Amino acid sequence: MSSIGTGYDLSVTTFSPDGRVFQIEYAGKAVDNSGTVVAIRCKDGVVMGVEKLIASKMMLPGSNRRIHAVHRHSGMAVAGLAADGRQIVTRAKSEATNYESTYGEPIPVKELAERVASYVHLCTLYWWLRPFGCGVILGGYDRDGPQLYMVEPSGVSYRYFGAAIGKGRQAAKTEIEKLKLSEMTCRQGVIEVAKIIYGVHDEAKDKAFELEMSWVCDESKRQHQKVPDDLLDEAKAAAKAALEEMDAD
Amino acid sequence: MDMSSGDLNAPHSMGTTIIGVTYNGGVVLGADSRTSTGMYVANRASDKITQLTDNVYICRSGSAADSQIVSDYVRYFLHQHTIQLGQPSTVKVAANLVRLLSYNNKNSLQTGLIVGGWDKYEGGKIYGIPLGGTVLELPFTIGGSGSSYLYGFFDQVWKEGMTQEEAEKLVVKAVSLAIARDGASGGVVRTVTIDKDGATRKFYPSETLPLWHEELEPQESLLDILSTASPEPMIS
Repeated sequence: MSSIGTGYDLSVTTFSPDGRVFQIEYAGKAVDNSGTVVAIRCKDGVVMGVEKLIASKMMLPGSNRRIHAVHRHSGMAVAGLAADGRQIVTRAKSEATNYESTYGEPIPVKELAERVASYVHLCTLYWWLRPFGCGVILGGYDRDGPQLYMVEPSGVSYRYFGAAIGKGRQAAKTEIEKLKLSEMTCRQGVIEVAKIIYGVHDEAKDKAFELEMSWVCDESKRQHQKVPDDLLDEAKAAAKAALEEMDAD
Repeated sequence: MDMSSGDLNAPHSMGTTIIGVTYNGGVVLGADSRTSTGMYVANRASDKITQLTDNVYICRSGSAADSQIVSDYVRYFLHQHTIQLGQPSTVKVAANLVRLLSYNNKNSLQTGLIVGGWDKYEGGKIYGIPLGGTVLELPFTIGGSGSSYLYGFFDQVWKEGMTQEEAEKLVVKAVSLAIARDGASGGVVRTVTIDKDGATRKFYPSETLPLWHEELEPQESLLDILSTASPEPMIS
């Protein structure tokens, strides 16, 4: 699956003979080995969910947040090296605030995604910087409706209906493709995302995990916020039930 | 008789009357055309309504130099912003850029501005940005020295949801009234109407404007008011 760079992978400013920059690909591996992040764009908003793998039983539940608010209308879920992710979130918050100070309106989600992607890409251009070891999913709701973007460590950014990164991304993407997103509300979307995350979690390889979810939709008055506790509990219960159903087969 | 024509080295000021009104579907911006240097009319046909983008225009009053430089900067920033966003800027963004310049340089600038335009999110909008750099979103606003004479007029005549024709007629009448009373306003009336299909310029020469209370008919030459019979030629 992975080819050895042998000599062409020592610096991010070196191309291999077949046109690849190995350091960027290795940065991607850091993302691939982290807990799954799933996000979908429903007809009235965006829902994001993270499979937070718990490293130690001593950790307080609710700590080590993986989803961050960037602005009133948008949030970012991070997969990969957490400290790198924090840097990107800080930059995104700063871009959003500066834009609003200068132009007097909240930053359009498309513009925010482009700026974040530009920043991530910047760090792949110089030998004295290393690429970010994290992928970011950006969900926001502006005048053009709800939008979902994903930024990879290479600095590439695309707009998606549904996106997944991390360990269980392949299985998650298969599940997302089965959903009829254009007809789904965010309320329903929250349940579906919870089911997907519970579904892709590997009980054998990984230990416990905590489900963290957020949304930005008409129901949340177009503000990015944590999914309300009662809905989150409902989603967890539905996800566990769906799992048992699968096991019972 | 005092032949002084004022201080020719005084900075150009646009005494001015400027107006912006919203109507059902867009906005109408109107202005007079007099630029004065002290008592001397430096330009009797100036264009005080300046384009910022395809869909946003600005009315300038106060110091001609100051208002021109602010307009030029904002046009430049808006152009960059349009390229970045990939779609036309909104009127709100234009107004905010104008007020940042006005506010941050308030000690050096002396210019009152009205930003008006149409965008697909909010429709027709008018923003008034007076001297200190306040920004106010309003259904209509007036500015310049001639506007003092129009506050009562607008209080009585203004109504929401006018048609384009009603709005244009209102603006032309108002500028014309201000020109009659304000010595620093004069010349012709220019308007720009902006809606979803773009901007249209209109021009109303002085002869087409109605005469108000005690205004005299315009005269081509003083000789016209002398007797029509021509004097006998002198024979020597």
